[in-house]
Amino acid sequence: MLRSGSVTAQTPAGPGPATPYTLTEEQRLLRDAVRELADERIAPRAAEIDRTAEFPWDVKDLLAKQDILALPFPAEYGGLGADLLTVCLAIEQISRACATSGLILAVQELAALPIVLVGTEEQKRRWLPDLAAGKTLIAFALTEAEAGSDVTAARTTARLDGDGYVIDGSKRFISQGSVADLIVVFAATASGKDVDRHRRLSCFVVEKDTPGFGVARLEHKMGIRGSPTAELTFSNVRVPAGNRIGAEGDGFDLAMRTFERSRPGIAAQAVGIAQGALEVATQYAKERKQFGRPIAQLQMIQAMLADMDASIEAARQLLYKACVEIEAGSPNAARWASMCKLVAGDMAMRVTTDAVQVLGGYGYIDEFPVERMMRDANITHLYEGTQQIQRLVIARSLLGRD
Amino acid sequence: MLRLVVLTKPVPDPASGAERLRPDGRLDRAASPAVVNGNDEYALEAALKLTEAQGGEVTVLAMAPSNATETLRKALAMGAQRGVLVSDPKLEGADAPTTMRVLAAAIKTLEFDLVLAGVDTSDGGMGVVPAGIAVLAGLPYLSWAASIEPDSAAGTVRIRRPSATGFDVLEAKMPALISGTQALGAPRYPSLKGIMAARSKEVRTLSLADLGLGEAVPAEWTTRLVAAVPPPARAATQVVRGSAAEGAKAIVEMLSSRGLLR
Repeated sequence: MLRSGSVTAQTPAGPGPATPYTLTEEQRLLRDAVRELADERIAPRAAEIDRTAEFPWDVKDLLAKQDILALPFPAEYGGLGADLLTVCLAIEQISRACATSGLILAVQELAALPIVLVGTEEQKRRWLPDLAAGKTLIAFALTEAEAGSDVTAARTTARLDGDGYVIDGSKRFISQGSVADLIVVFAATASGKDVDRHRRLSCFVVEKDTPGFGVARLEHKMGIRGSPTAELTFSNVRVPAGNRIGAEGDGFDLAMRTFERSRPGIAAQAVGIAQGALEVATQYAKERKQFGRPIAQLQMIQAMLADMDASIEAARQLLYKACVEIEAGSPNAARWASMCKLVAGDMAMRVTTDAVQVLGGYGYIDEFPVERMMRDANITHLYEGTQQIQRLVIARSLLGRD
Repeated sequence: MLRLVVLTKPVPDPASGAERLRPDGRLDRAASPAVVNGNDEYALEAALKLTEAQGGEVTVLAMAPSNATETLRKALAMGAQRGVLVSDPKLEGADAPTTMRVLAAAIKTLEFDLVLAGVDTSDGGMGVVPAGIAVLAGLPYLSWAASIEPDSAAGTVRIRRPSATGFDVLEAKMPALISGTQALGAPRYPSLKGIMAARSKEVRTLSLADLGLGEAVPAEWTTRLVAAVPPPARAATQVVRGSAAEGAKAIVEMLSSRGLLR
């Protein structure tokens, strides 16, 4: 028990380095440009994308043409070499209009990260320029039907055979798995009781035309309906050894390092969805009249809108701070990444639920976008680690692994 | 290789609704969020397409307060190579004749085959400045262009101008000055690469003295502001809901009840 006034030792979970941040002029310019594009070209498509549940190729082409998909890629491979915060500003602004569209950038960043982080020069030159240009799409295949939060339970295997590997198994809940040209897949290269479960997995790139690779089916989802979520099958899929990303057995660590940079993208998606819902609710409250005056004049509505605004801003500032800390090489990167996703995801669910409430019956029907935003917000609780996994990461950083 | 100059006037951003008036009723340009004038953006888009197809460079030119550099950066982000801003405290509230003289003097410092501009601006709305510059600079003037086709080998340019019966085709020797409208085509969104590249592009600022016009500002502008009246607030928009057939019926009834349908 701690005595009053005692000083606790600084644990790795303590406050991070005091890296200051304000948005640079360039970040503000890029953010505003993405916002304008999202308002004028993406927002008008959002309801239809949700209704038809078809992948918005037109939006993908627009994001490619305006170099938005190039943001997370290094400049030497045709990207813009933007920092994590700038990438998140873009995901936030696109998601404010359409969460499915925001996910296109988030997934392109997520799935390319293993190549960016540890790929060889040859691998980077082979795949990154087309990804940066948006000529190709990439998906991240880690989750399996029986291996969700417990990543190490993956059953997909990669067997060394001559000068390459043969991959067998299946992956489930793979965002954009059916539209991707490249699949980053994690498969076990070692088995047996004496193998450390964190050293079982290795990471590979499978090109979609490789014989034995297939899309088994697409899921029918509650939200992000325009983003196809696929079950992928690998049956005797032969890839050259040059398609292995990182060393054998490094797959788990690589996936975790990837999440340190990709989870803020999901937090940005959550902040964007919530901001979009607040804007709709605010506008509606000013126009909707009950009891002879706009409901915006009712204090109960005002309190809801104020709480929504304050909680969005709190999550946004944590996200921006997390991006800066992660970019600065914080030893607590995993903690920052989990914190911003946890806080932003929970916030987005509350705020979109409240937005539906402000609109009343109109919020519950598809004539207004808030019901879609509420459905879209829920996915941020689930993918790239459930909210429970984020708490686990934060608690481990606070308490240590024991 | 085409050398094109596009006049890109910073005007109050109609989307911001935040323009400020000075105590004398004139627009406080330095304090109002600005964007490139819409018709000028169409001219800029046409210029960018021409230089992409035929090779060449685009210079954007404006007369505006010194903080307009940032507005010009958006034009540079769309793809123009450089900017020239004429800015001088003496030009605050300048009238159209002075604006013409200053811009005519400015384009004489540039090498160009064509000067392009919007037919008018969304703030002043007089639509006389392009013609005035052409006269003062001794350039042929082709107005209301819907398409622009320069022929560098022949040293001529042709435009199509919509008319009551179709369109006219006009031709002039280059260099010439052309004003255009939205018929030139929708302006592109700046790409993120364009936005980043624009930050290091040159925007040269010229004063009246730089143009040799130090004494050219008249003692009094030719126009005087008598009153500034904000437009009446728009009535609340009526939204018609229901099926298309019901909606159409409701709209027809609404219009006939106001005598707008016969």
